[in-house]
Amino acid sequence: MKLLGLLMVSAMAALAGEAILIQNADIYPMAGAPLKGGSLLIQDGKIVEIGAKITAPKGATVIEGKGLRVYPGWIDSGTQLGLEEIGSIRETNDTGEIGDFMPQLKALSAVNPDSEHFGVVRVNGITSAIALPGGGGRGGGGGEIIAGQAALLHTDGWTWEEMEINRSAAMVLNFPSAAGRGGRGGMPDFPDMFPAAGGADARRAVLDQIAKLNAFFDDAHKYKIAKAANLPDFHKDLKFEAMLPVIDGKMPLAVNASRAATIHDAIAWSEKQNVKIVFLQPRDVTKAGPELKAKNIPVILGRVLALPDNEDAEYDEGYTQPREAYKAGVKFALGTFTNEFVRDLPYQAATAVAYGLPHDEAMKALTINPAQIWGAGDLIGSIEKGKLADLMIVDGDPMDVRTQIRHVFIKGKEITLSNKQIRLYERYMSRQ
Amino acid sequence: MKKLLLGTLLALAPLCADTIVIQNATVMTEGPKGIFKGSVVVRDGKIVDLGEKVMVPAGAIVIEAGGQYLIPGIIDCHSHIAGSGNINEGSVSVSSMVDIKDIINPDDIAIYRALAGGVTTANILHGSANSIGGQTLPLKMRWGKSAQELIFAGATPGIKFALGENPKRAGNPQGGGRGATGAIQVGRYPATRMGVEDVIREAFNDAKAYKAEWDAYDAKVAKGEHPIPPRKDLKLQALKEVLENKRYVHVHCYRADEILMMIRAADDNGFKVRTFQHVLEGYKVAKEIAEHGAGASTFSDWWGYKMEAIDAIPFNAALMTKKGVVVSLNSDDAELMRHLNTEAGKAMKYGGMNETEALAMVTINPAKQLGIDKTVGSIEVGKDADLVLYDGFPMSDFSKVQKVWIDGAQYFDRDKEVAAQAAKDAEKQQLLDKEKAAQRQPGTRRPQ
Repeated sequence: MKLLGLLMVSAMAALAGEAILIQNADIYPMAGAPLKGGSLLIQDGKIVEIGAKITAPKGATVIEGKGLRVYPGWIDSGTQLGLEEIGSIRETNDTGEIGDFMPQLKALSAVNPDSEHFGVVRVNGITSAIALPGGGGRGGGGGEIIAGQAALLHTDGWTWEEMEINRSAAMVLNFPSAAGRGGRGGMPDFPDMFPAAGGADARRAVLDQIAKLNAFFDDAHKYKIAKAANLPDFHKDLKFEAMLPVIDGKMPLAVNASRAATIHDAIAWSEKQNVKIVFLQPRDVTKAGPELKAKNIPVILGRVLALPDNEDAEYDEGYTQPREAYKAGVKFALGTFTNEFVRDLPYQAATAVAYGLPHDEAMKALTINPAQIWGAGDLIGSIEKGKLADLMIVDGDPMDVRTQIRHVFIKGKEITLSNKQIRLYERYMSRQ
Repeated sequence: MKKLLLGTLLALAPLCADTIVIQNATVMTEGPKGIFKGSVVVRDGKIVDLGEKVMVPAGAIVIEAGGQYLIPGIIDCHSHIAGSGNINEGSVSVSSMVDIKDIINPDDIAIYRALAGGVTTANILHGSANSIGGQTLPLKMRWGKSAQELIFAGATPGIKFALGENPKRAGNPQGGGRGATGAIQVGRYPATRMGVEDVIREAFNDAKAYKAEWDAYDAKVAKGEHPIPPRKDLKLQALKEVLENKRYVHVHCYRADEILMMIRAADDNGFKVRTFQHVLEGYKVAKEIAEHGAGASTFSDWWGYKMEAIDAIPFNAALMTKKGVVVSLNSDDAELMRHLNTEAGKAMKYGGMNETEALAMVTINPAKQLGIDKTVGSIEVGKDADLVLYDGFPMSDFSKVQKVWIDGAQYFDRDKEVAAQAAKDAEKQQLLDKEKAAQRQPGTRRPQ
């Protein structure tokens, strides 16, 4: 009995307060200088100590890190992880809803924790991600102006509640543009020049949509007043409830806007509305850069490995976007915006380095920058005392494709470096 | 607007020098000389010498490439660029009579972009809407040349087959494939993988009968007789060429079951599959693919975009290689095509290929698969001088293409490209301003 009791106690200790000591590793904290040959102690899911030498607490798991490097886990700032399983199959997509103004929708509670995608991206060091509603999803809808709330989540957890970092990281807004949703494809941004191609109609449609957007925000403000007045006939409205943190400037709008003119329009609009914004996938960073910098607006750059928007654009337009954002002094993070390519996030960043982005800035764009942009700068994105232990231990430059990942931790829990694809590999390698 | 920069780019095009020496590069030959630090000598479009020390011929243009890497031109075994956007004759189940050769668009900017990504040769395929699709051929990315001049001379032409979801989609009442006119077609056979197999077997049943007719005719002619020739059938003619091993079969496929089906259908009809394309579940039947002698041309890690891509694994290329299949990595996409070098790099990460094995997947292996390995795919004396110079390890994302040569002519130079940028931007702005000014003046609008 006594022995059994002891066993139970130690098992519980392992669950609740498991300590993991990583020692003799080169620690790249993304907050201050690297610590060569240092140690790092994880307890209760958090980083509790970093130093040249730490004595392992009793019962701690010790990981020898000689010749290895420790980095914070990657953060992908634009995915449909958990919302979209198989791109072409409608039934597996919960991204694009029907309706123009849908601020009450929350990506988080539609996230399937058992999606194979999580297992696939975790083993490549992606420990957290933004899951976006709408924004080009194939969920059947897609006409949204306000698409719903993007969630910042861990890529591991039994339930979406356990995966949550911030369920309302941002409200997704597809800013009306003549070039279509968020300014991609279709009509160019100077429709007035192309009346024959329906430019005038396109301009009218945009103005009409902006008027609708303004009216919706006006209504949200009226709702706030009505709610504060607390009159007996007040009815709670879920759409406007969801808008309150936005109009109060507590929740940023993640604004899809591609071209410079749309970006400029969206900035002017946001100032009038007095709301906080983050841009998703802006393309004309070179042109929009000075204004973004002046207004201190961060951006999430889309796939680095993307074709130029126009036939006559530079061939390396996609590759040089991060460099241009950096040169302009704009704060930015990277997103892959396609579930199939989330695991390639570090390699996309490496391409940006090849085309002029400093290595350190690329690292920041996948770690501390997104953490700060998405309101989780005190929780993730760097190796600092008190932060969640989202870490990877690797044997080289983490953005180099030749580097192998040895360990991944999410909230201090070591992730099994396996997934369906690795299991299939092992199984079929053994076929005679 | 569309052709805005064509003039500028043409001005940059091929400076054909007689002799070029690229020196002090790390040369990854993919040939018998392996990897060495040294020089490659090019004359009249061919590689004439290579080694740690070479004789620099008098008057040669010397390219100093210290710290840089030289590799054979990248070959994409599966692309649809330069196809005028019309690469899918989906209105019939068997469209072996149509030919990509007839719709080559040498002005497709994707050619230049591919070139800037180190691609010198691409196999341009028909789409995958039908079980037996159209005729295909490899092109060299000779940007600025005519359609005719892009064609890879002497290469065996191919034909595209397709299995699985795409060819059966047209038969699916809910799927609704689109015909040549853009109208939705209802219920065009086949609608299942069973039907796809049948379409292929029926077509070869007819093709064999057709071939027998022609063989009998040819035999009589050979004997000096003057028989009436059989009626020429352009659809069956292409399949007759397959039976005669004069046309390569490139099969779009995903699942293991359909791959095995195709192998057996080919065995039963007496022809070989040259390559399985995509072949995302090839790792499940690698043994059978190797036994058949087919090559496999796959993606590095693209997955999950459709049901039949759900069991894709990034280890596919490495696993098939380990089981004896000649494997290439392809793009099927104008964007992916620009970084096949780093796609090859992933074969090092997933499955532990060494750098020579990995690079082979985008150079000598696709050359073998396309039957053009006697002239391209590696850096060897006598081969075409299709070369790419990188500023670092060529399979790392940290590196970029600096220069590209095809047949010894330089088709891409990053320094020149960057230097020309300001002038190009100015030209564009000038044209935009002119257009805007014209719009403002009444009476100058173009007819609507």
